[in-house]
Amino acid sequence: MESPVLKIESFSASFGEHNVLKDISLEVTRNKLTAMMGPSGCGKTTLVRCINRMHELVPNASVSGKMLLQNEDLYAMNPILARRKIGMVFQRPNPFPTMNIYDNVIAGYKLNGIKISKGDLDAIVEGSLRKGALWDEVKDVLYRKGTFLSGGQQQRLCIARALAMKPEVLLLDEPTSALDPKATSRIEELMIELKNTVTIILVTHNIAQAARTSDFTAFIYLGELVEFGPTQKLFTVPEDKRTEEYLTGKFG
Amino acid sequence: MVNERIFFRIFKDKLFKLSVIGFCFASILPLLFILFYIFKNGIAVINWQFLTELPKPVGEIGGGISNAIVGTVMLVLISSICSIPLGIGAGIYLSEHKQGKLSYAVRLCVEILQGIPSIVIGIIAYVWIVMPLRTFSAVSGGIALGIMMLPIIVRSTEETLKLIPESLKEASLALGVPYYKTIMKVIVPAGLSGIVTAVIISVARVAGETAPLLFTAFGNPFMNINILKPVNSLPLLVFNYAASPYPEWHALAWGASLVLAVLVLTLNVLARIFTKKWKVQF
Amino acid sequence: MVLEERLIELRKTLIEFATLVEHMIESSIKGLVRREKELLDSVAQTEEPKANDLDIKIDELCASLIAQYQPMAKDLRIILMIFKMNEVLERMADHAVNISESALYLLETPSVKPLIDIPEMAAVAAQMLQDSIAAFINEDAELATSVCARDSIIDNLRDKTYKELIDVMSADSSTIKRCLHLMRISRNLERIADLSTNMCEDVIFIVEGKVIKHHNIDGQDGIK
Repeated sequence: MESPVLKIESFSASFGEHNVLKDISLEVTRNKLTAMMGPSGCGKTTLVRCINRMHELVPNASVSGKMLLQNEDLYAMNPILARRKIGMVFQRPNPFPTMNIYDNVIAGYKLNGIKISKGDLDAIVEGSLRKGALWDEVKDVLYRKGTFLSGGQQQRLCIARALAMKPEVLLLDEPTSALDPKATSRIEELMIELKNTVTIILVTHNIAQAARTSDFTAFIYLGELVEFGPTQKLFTVPEDKRTEEYLTGKFG
Repeated sequence: MVNERIFFRIFKDKLFKLSVIGFCFASILPLLFILFYIFKNGIAVINWQFLTELPKPVGEIGGGISNAIVGTVMLVLISSICSIPLGIGAGIYLSEHKQGKLSYAVRLCVEILQGIPSIVIGIIAYVWIVMPLRTFSAVSGGIALGIMMLPIIVRSTEETLKLIPESLKEASLALGVPYYKTIMKVIVPAGLSGIVTAVIISVARVAGETAPLLFTAFGNPFMNINILKPVNSLPLLVFNYAASPYPEWHALAWGASLVLAVLVLTLNVLARIFTKKWKVQF
Repeated sequence: MVLEERLIELRKTLIEFATLVEHMIESSIKGLVRREKELLDSVAQTEEPKANDLDIKIDELCASLIAQYQPMAKDLRIILMIFKMNEVLERMADHAVNISESALYLLETPSVKPLIDIPEMAAVAAQMLQDSIAAFINEDAELATSVCARDSIIDNLRDKTYKELIDVMSADSSTIKRCLHLMRISRNLERIADLSTNMCEDVIFIVEGKVIKHHNIDGQDGIK
């Protein structure tokens, strides 16, 4: 077993007094899609926001425990650097409205003032848009603002933007919940293709989506990691009674 | 019996509708009258000389309002330089910190400031700047006007930035962009149309203020571009000349009023165009 | 699409299982006819454990495909039928083991009568199984129907064998044990053919969505 890309050890997180995550430990395998599923409010989004250190931006937020990215302590490094190593795509597509498509893709470089030659930038833009399955649709309109794109296209643009930074891990926080079924299935296909080149963590409240797309699934309930394992096994013979009840629709 | 009642109700309905439309037109009338009057009386005076020459002494024919135009421009520039950075900065702070003691205090002060009569602001500027400098000056006038512009800019900036969805900030932060860069390069540009509109409107407001300039800029019959010396402005000129007994000066006052009205109108129209054209869709 | 790929994998595994079972039947009859002990031993000792593993593997694969992909229509029918065919193949494997056990006993003893009908039954049953697999691979409902029609041939052969062996037993009581084993072999072969018929009914369901089980199909007469 090769070493996991991300190791979470006894991790807890709180908003002030309210303890949202309790002692979570799990390992995320390289180039596989790991799904975090659970009912609303279980803490899965908080966990993922702790991975790219967005959680601490909320006043009164606190964490304890360890997160190791390729054996480097995520919480020991500069949060800005940590966030550059981890890409995130949000529930609602959020391309920058003042920038055109080209600039949106390389926004991570532009906004951070990272100097790269135009030729390299062009290559990054094309490469990321191809990986995001959007190149063919926008290659002729790269210099138009992205707001005319459909919801699904905008979300793929956000994925391309995240991929442009060549992250080690890509976090997807319910990326399809604001999209129609056709756009949703395109993004699911995209995720399955992408996982061969980048490790993906997918947060979803849609059980079927987790079942269809992931290799490993973590079931989180009331801030606890109830069960974690290969998707094939967890969905047919779950070990924990709570997982069983969640999957058969008894709650959540 | 029933038919009559229904007829009466329909009649009341129509009466109500007509009254409302009538009031609507009535409210436009003052503006239309003002514009018409100013135009009628001022247009005769407007010519190239009028706009480029200095006012002539009483009794002489001709003369212009060039010093007033230059003065107005100077005052607006100084007030903008003072109020825009301060106002936008405060607006950014307030939009980012919705709660907290400082936010509460700033919001309260800005609200109160908005309600202070312009002449009182003029007196304060007199005490703070004119007296220590021992001279009337464009600077003092500009600062007084800037204080008046401040509340509008602060509130509009805050409201505009509040409308920007949180997801935009998150998208930038998630890319590893530091907080201050996120604000300056993503959030503020997204809200630029609202902010610029606010600036234009506040300029339109203060360009025509007279009271605060009475004890600060004071007025100047000659051309002056030294900010530490008194300076003339369009509203001051109108105030002084309209109250004078000389008909030539009355004519100048009408002309100046027309220029001022055109200026304010243009700025307001510009603001509207800006909002439409530059408005960012989320 | 991922589901398609995994369905292909599932079909391949089923075919692998079916081929193994074919081989088990072949080995047990060959071992009987040619009197080769190693062949018969291999059925129970090497091939049966493999068969059990495949049985479990296919069960788990079917369950996880349904859980993960909620397949519909034809995909669902395929998976459900593969699940059933899996069970059928496992029972066929058991019958093949039974045959090999009886054959091992018969090897130790002098032969009772020349083996004619049993090898013929075995040949027909083996062909039926082969054709069932082919019908499944090619989604050939016609072939599947023809397999179902051949069931009566096997039934007749079994009845014939029983009659003959009963006569032998009545004439000479020392042959009873051996005859009983031969009858057991014949019975197991008949069951194998019967199970092939079941498989073909499932194939027809996959292809045409028609349920034909619980009817009797009699060659050209169609459904009675």
